[in-house]
Amino acid sequence: MSEKIDARGLSCPQPVIMTNKKMKEIGRGAFEVLVDTETAKENITRLAQQSGWQLDVNEESGNIRLVLKKA
Amino acid sequence: MRKTVRFFGSRWGIISAGLFVGIFAPLLQHWGNPKNMGICVACMERDIAGALGLHRAALVQYIRPEIIGFVLGALIAAFLFKEFKPRGGSSPIIRFFLGFFAMIGALVFLGCPWRALLRLSGGDWNAIVGLAGLAFGIWIGILFLKSGYTLGRSTKASGFSGLVFPIVMVVLLLLLLFAPQFGRTPEGTPTGPVFFSQKGPGSQHAPLVVSLIIALCVGFLAQRTRLCTMGAIRDVILIRNTHLLSGILGIVIAAFIMNLILGQFKPGFSDQPIAHANHLWNFLGMVLSGLAFALAGGCPGRQLFLSGEGDGDAAIFATGMIVGAGFAHNFSMASSPAGPGAYGPASVIIGLIFCLAVGYTMKEKIA
Repeated sequence: MSEKIDARGLSCPQPVIMTNKKMKEIGRGAFEVLVDTETAKENITRLAQQSGWQLDVNEESGNIRLVLKKA
Repeated sequence: MRKTVRFFGSRWGIISAGLFVGIFAPLLQHWGNPKNMGICVACMERDIAGALGLHRAALVQYIRPEIIGFVLGALIAAFLFKEFKPRGGSSPIIRFFLGFFAMIGALVFLGCPWRALLRLSGGDWNAIVGLAGLAFGIWIGILFLKSGYTLGRSTKASGFSGLVFPIVMVVLLLLLLFAPQFGRTPEGTPTGPVFFSQKGPGSQHAPLVVSLIIALCVGFLAQRTRLCTMGAIRDVILIRNTHLLSGILGIVIAAFIMNLILGQFKPGFSDQPIAHANHLWNFLGMVLSGLAFALAGGCPGRQLFLSGEGDGDAAIFATGMIVGAGFAHNFSMASSPAGPGAYGPASVIIGLIFCLAVGYTMKEKIA
């Protein structure tokens, strides 16, 4: 995993902005975003669907790890 | 449960939440709430501020059960779906004053974003000016967000801290039910501590139980679907996403049809209920609100639903709005149907300066 974004505790829409920025920065590849609210997860899921990134979601002890991939 | 979660997260989920608000807000008006004010978070918090004696504008004092229901409905949803997460500590004082000035802006326009939508659905074209201002304010907020603006991270808090605001709502409900009076003046006027308008908008309300049940449902649905007027406009501008917007369109379309059915649709600019036609201050009032909402991360309704989830920062924003309402009337900043209050324009400018200062200075390395 090349990059990690820790967006825990940040209010909406900052997790989306950080993810969007990273997507544009690297264009393709993979990175990980850590969030702690369902809203942030849903917003990033929609962003990923919309911009053609694959998404894996893992939930562990209150944190949600989103792995985004684009070939 | 999973299916339900997926439905609420879907486009149809948010559209149904919007339709629910759009159907029941005009009905609340039909059943007694003030005109084009079936639901208005700003106006209703202002009425609560008045009922608690934080301002003495005799026409707008009532403990609106809708606000109570929004928070408690969201609390129930958050508990049921395991999303009750007490948290806080993200620039509380800034959030308080963002709430404060968001309320000033809303009371210069005379409505929160939801009421702007309901006014539009009722034919009040001044709402178009207000909504344009709202979008412009949000756009400024987005520029700050894009350049690294942040109020910082919130952190986990104790379970009790997440319950404080919902408990305050329960206390408000008790005050509404029992309306204690500590005395009367020699003329027989109640001296408080709870004041209810005898005439004017504050005296107009749907039956308590009806308002409360509808508001509980709205709170529940909105918590699940994340319905947010500010977020709707923001997501369209920022990431070209129309998910939240579809909820807002649901409100407008349903409310428009309901207003036609109920004979509440009166198109025009002038003589609109609890509104004025000063375009400049309708616009700038909502620029201030939109900017404050964008900087705080949610419209006033959304802040209440987040408060129900245990978000102490949102609860502080909501408290700032209620205190702001007290000041808005005591300091002649709120508008009336005659136009902006004497100090309305000055307070909007002060609010804009505050928000710009927040936007420019609140930047920190969070990565």
